[in-house]
Amino acid sequence: MSETVLDISQVSKRFGATLANDTISLSLERGEIIALLGENGAGKTTLMSMLFGHYTPDSGHISVMGRVLPPGRPKAAIRAGIGMVHQHFSLAPNLSVLENVMTGTESLWRPWSDRAKGRARLMEISARFGLKVSPDARLGDLSVGEQQRVEILKALYNDAKILVLDEPTAVLTNVEAEHMFGNLKDMARQGLSIIFISHKLDEVMATADRIVVLRGGRVVAERRAVETSKAELAGLMVGREVKRPLREPATPGAVVLEAKAVTLREGGVERLKAVDFHLRAGEVLGIIGVSGNGQAALARLTGGLARRSAGEITLFGQPVGDLSVREVVGAGIGRIPEDRNHDGVIGEMAIWENGVLERLPEFTRGGLVDRKAGMEFARRIIEGFDVRGGTPASRIRLLSGGNMQKLILGRNLIEHPKILIAAQPARGLDEGAVAAVHERILAARRAGTAVLLISEDLDEVMALADRIQAITGGRLSPPVRPEGINARQLGLMMAGEWGAAEHAV
Amino acid sequence: MSDILDILASAGLWAAVLRIATPLIFATLGALLCERAGVLNLGIEGIMTFGAMIGWFAVWNGADLWTGLFVAALSGMVFGALHAALTVTLGLSQHVSGLGVTLFASSFSYYLFRLLVPVEGTPPKIIPFQPLHIPVLSDLPFLGQAVFTQTAPTWLAIVLALALAFTLFRTPLGLAIRMTGENPHAAESQGINPMVIRYGAVIAGSALMAMGGAFLTLSAFDSFIPTMVQGRGWICIALVVFASWRPGRALAGALLFAFFDAFQLRLQTVMGGALPYQLFLMVPFVLSILALAVMARRARVPQALMQPYRRGER
Ligand SMILES: Nc1ncnc2c1ncn2[C@@H]1O[C@H](COP(=O)(O)OP(=O)(O)OP(=O)(O)O)[C@@H](O)[C@H]1O
Ligand SMILES: [Mg+2]
Repeated sequence: MSETVLDISQVSKRFGATLANDTISLSLERGEIIALLGENGAGKTTLMSMLFGHYTPDSGHISVMGRVLPPGRPKAAIRAGIGMVHQHFSLAPNLSVLENVMTGTESLWRPWSDRAKGRARLMEISARFGLKVSPDARLGDLSVGEQQRVEILKALYNDAKILVLDEPTAVLTNVEAEHMFGNLKDMARQGLSIIFISHKLDEVMATADRIVVLRGGRVVAERRAVETSKAELAGLMVGREVKRPLREPATPGAVVLEAKAVTLREGGVERLKAVDFHLRAGEVLGIIGVSGNGQAALARLTGGLARRSAGEITLFGQPVGDLSVREVVGAGIGRIPEDRNHDGVIGEMAIWENGVLERLPEFTRGGLVDRKAGMEFARRIIEGFDVRGGTPASRIRLLSGGNMQKLILGRNLIEHPKILIAAQPARGLDEGAVAAVHERILAARRAGTAVLLISEDLDEVMALADRIQAITGGRLSPPVRPEGINARQLGLMMAGEWGAAEHAV
Repeated sequence: MSDILDILASAGLWAAVLRIATPLIFATLGALLCERAGVLNLGIEGIMTFGAMIGWFAVWNGADLWTGLFVAALSGMVFGALHAALTVTLGLSQHVSGLGVTLFASSFSYYLFRLLVPVEGTPPKIIPFQPLHIPVLSDLPFLGQAVFTQTAPTWLAIVLALALAFTLFRTPLGLAIRMTGENPHAAESQGINPMVIRYGAVIAGSALMAMGGAFLTLSAFDSFIPTMVQGRGWICIALVVFASWRPGRALAGALLFAFFDAFQLRLQTVMGGALPYQLFLMVPFVLSILALAVMARRARVPQALMQPYRRGER
């Protein structure tokens, strides 16, 4: 292992006032796996985008196999053997898998496309690397994990020698993620070089040969995986020691939200089947489960976006009918949606506009939106929740993924809601930010907020929840306490084995 | 009732269907091509009008009919380039730009027409395309009269529908166009330049629209009247949705609409006295809306339709 395949040398990139990358140098050997680690907004995506020709570096150069790569030209990057799996997939849901993979791989002036050959090649690659797909399926019908496989196949189909993956596991379930890292290691053994970005220290330690840490646009450290530890990495990333906070014992208050035998039917499918749960003031109820088992429906129901088909809901002791979003917000229920790009923010609008959107009536004066008060509100969120990379007036799209999440959290917590419905609140956040988000949730709990935490991350739920229920196939298990249970038993509960939940509380 | 059967059994009806459908086929294919690349082209109505005018004018000035059609196509390309510059390069609203092109092209064609052609009592005429006699086929009983009495551009339109279907679904270029309409960022990450694809599609699509307009003056009629496009462009925009962005279905949709239109014309003559004629005029539109409502629910809209693409932005 001594053949250098990629050499990034002294690369810088500035966006307006932000220096996203500051003279970064990095090299990659054949068959090596590098993990790129760093806080939200540290510049990881920016660096990889320059490698792939999406952005043009302001200075510095990148060479692949000893040849300098022309800047800003994705086509040249593909030809040089760089394959990119983006943080937000770049696939077309309406086209088939094969079409997604074959786009741009043949000369545009060929009189017809050689699909038979394309299919054979795709199947051959998929067999060689153990990435199973059905070439004729419509991409939009696939699960997130399968879509990601298509992204990887797309890169391999282009003869990628260097594979770049931007937060590949942010959207995967644990099982899918394990499977994917197995595949990556296999690929590296076959001579591929891999760079992946991740916030999850476990997977970084388990998969990478070498770890490069970025902070504020600079490389602050480089470690071999065998010579470092999770604690050291977390410290390097944030520049100080981080520890995820733990819930301290407390006595919960009155029941604020209760569901009895609630069923939710949508388009003929029962998303929730006679679920029972209750939520007390000053307590965190964790809902765990493999995604796609009804979590989304539960979040929609409690957030006022879906109507129950049967069952009873009481809010602060009063039975309630179907709630509208406005009533939900008015009742003091804050919501953190799972898909922040889709349901959480409007990318083209300014940060302050996104901040006040849910509570427009409060920010309306004489029929007009009070811009000044809105800006002030946004400034309070930005300061209070450490949102980096933007001012109240900048478009929210320009924030890095993690900072967007902090903004949404802030928008909901700053007004001290009575109930908080948080779906995957720490997804895509760096270690420091995860700790901060957890701290915020616990602070809200201390202040008497009832938190419904929907999460796939068992560590998160174990650390925060007072009681845990598992959701499988639209059914909720009886609640259990985290003290008397371990991760393996929780795993069984997620698989629908509720025996472990015998000592329900 | 027997009147209706008589109408359906007349060769004239079916010949009219193909004739009425031809401009719709051209222009629908044009709109479809633009939209597949992600650009809504509401310039269609104006581009058709201009194509009708300039094609006719070329022929009136002594050019032959095919040259006239070609000149019309060229004019369409110019307007297409304009629309592309506004929407693709500058990223302006596709609705606004398209309507602007329509307003400009319609008035400009009338202006040029008045400027170039002397005012007379009856509008001047040219000798239009004549029905193409196809050996054997045109001599068949009934079918010969009903189907094989069309002018050459009609056959060209049908061939183009098939060619566009093949291009979109069987060639690398077509895949690149569809990918650009679905997700230009994905297209770019596969080394395709979405800007170039969008320009090309809008320019070529606008050429087809102008040819559809020119069919009106070079084949269906023999003179130019400024209002003659009569909302056909808007019908085509609806037909694209009806066709779920598929050329084969666009061809079928245009024929269906033309059938309703030809049918109501004949119905007017046999039942004219009993009902106001405006009622008959409504028939094709009402039926189109119904068909649209049924079909469009299942349609898969190109995901990036009407979304400007800017490089280097997330
Ligand atoms: N196109 C752009 N225009 C303006 N600013 C940008 C743009 N792209 C990125 N930035 C800014 O550059 C900085 C680095 O962003 P980048 O996306 O590289 O972060 P990241 O390390 O990938 O973060 P995350 O872990 O949250 O994905 C951020 O402050 C971001 O707001
Ligand atoms: Mg990123």
